[in-house]
Amino acid sequence: MNAELDPASDTHATADTGVPIRFRVYRRKAGDRGGHFDEFTIEVAPDTTVLDALVAIRTRLDPTLVLRHSCFHASCGTCGLRVNDAEVMGCVTKVLELGTSTVKVEPIANEALVSDLATDMVDFYARLAAIGRPLIRDSEWLADSIEPAGIESYNRFESCIECGLCISACPVVATDSRYLGPAALAAAERAVAEPRGLDPNFVLDLADDPQAAWRCHAAFECTEACPSAVDPAGAIMALRRRAASRRLRSLFGWRKP
Amino acid sequence: MSEQSVGRTAPERRADGASTRRRGIVGWGDPRGRRLGGFAFILNRLTGLGVLLYLSFHLVVLSLLARGPSAWDGFVSLAGSPLFLCFDVVLIFGLLFHGLNGIRVTLVGFGLVVDRQRAMLVALMVIGAIVLLIASVHILTVG
Repeated sequence: MNAELDPASDTHATADTGVPIRFRVYRRKAGDRGGHFDEFTIEVAPDTTVLDALVAIRTRLDPTLVLRHSCFHASCGTCGLRVNDAEVMGCVTKVLELGTSTVKVEPIANEALVSDLATDMVDFYARLAAIGRPLIRDSEWLADSIEPAGIESYNRFESCIECGLCISACPVVATDSRYLGPAALAAAERAVAEPRGLDPNFVLDLADDPQAAWRCHAAFECTEACPSAVDPAGAIMALRRRAASRRLRSLFGWRKP
Repeated sequence: MSEQSVGRTAPERRADGASTRRRGIVGWGDPRGRRLGGFAFILNRLTGLGVLLYLSFHLVVLSLLARGPSAWDGFVSLAGSPLFLCFDVVLIFGLLFHGLNGIRVTLVGFGLVVDRQRAMLVALMVIGAIVLLIASVHILTVG
């Protein structure tokens, strides 16, 4: 499929003096045996992001294009994509800064596909839940904080925006569905580093596993791909140090196994 | 994996039929979008396989000793050929990369210099390149 957008008819993403860019967009619907790429040409302005362009394509050229987005400012983590073979957030990636006249857009890899560019994050959240992430979320409000007048309570934010880019970039997840993966392990390190009164050994037990922290091969692609400076690879290495230290202490009888 | 295995929560193909676009082993060989650590991962795999093949070949060659001097002398003359010496250079590259990158992976695996791992990789590769250059000149000129 090839389609072109008349820039005068679009009010959201393009400019009258825009630069024509060809988008090769991955398409695959439920039941399709395989995927293919459709091409769309639209004019983009200097500030047009990949997400802007995709919304324009869906609005003006092909309403059947399925994509996922919400906040448009890299907070919700829902528009993670592979653009020109690299993991990015579509909402903060400017098309012209990619420097290519053709832009290839694919869904993130290594997650179940819903349709076109939308992936199902159920497995992603299941991994987070398995390592005790809800334990952190349940204590989102600081119990002992003293709030100034007019503020009900402090909100505690995690850096991870749960976009799945680290899962898409990880070469180990690419071949091993049993691997816990960088996002969940980064959350595990957060839970161990800040247990909030809970027993961190529960989470460390899960992380100290051949299919968890020890499955990583130190490619650091997750850290490079992360749009939120979570540094999952650094967290995995921290978990390894904790796990190795615990095992050594157990070996010499300094701690019960 | 223990019974608490979290990996079991993420089967390859789910009950609802949704498939996963897993990049697979072919994805390892795809350099597009990869960063320095990704290239190191791929090259570490390739050199690991190469060193494994070399060790197998090495054992076969050593078995020639059991077949007498003529068999061994024949191999020694082959080993001095220019093409074989070039293979030696490739072998040394593989050993150097795998060994030096192994030092990096081991150190960061213990949680050491994690935030400087990229600089460490570059430094180790510079050292490896210098050693490879010296070794190559020696092999190809002295033999």
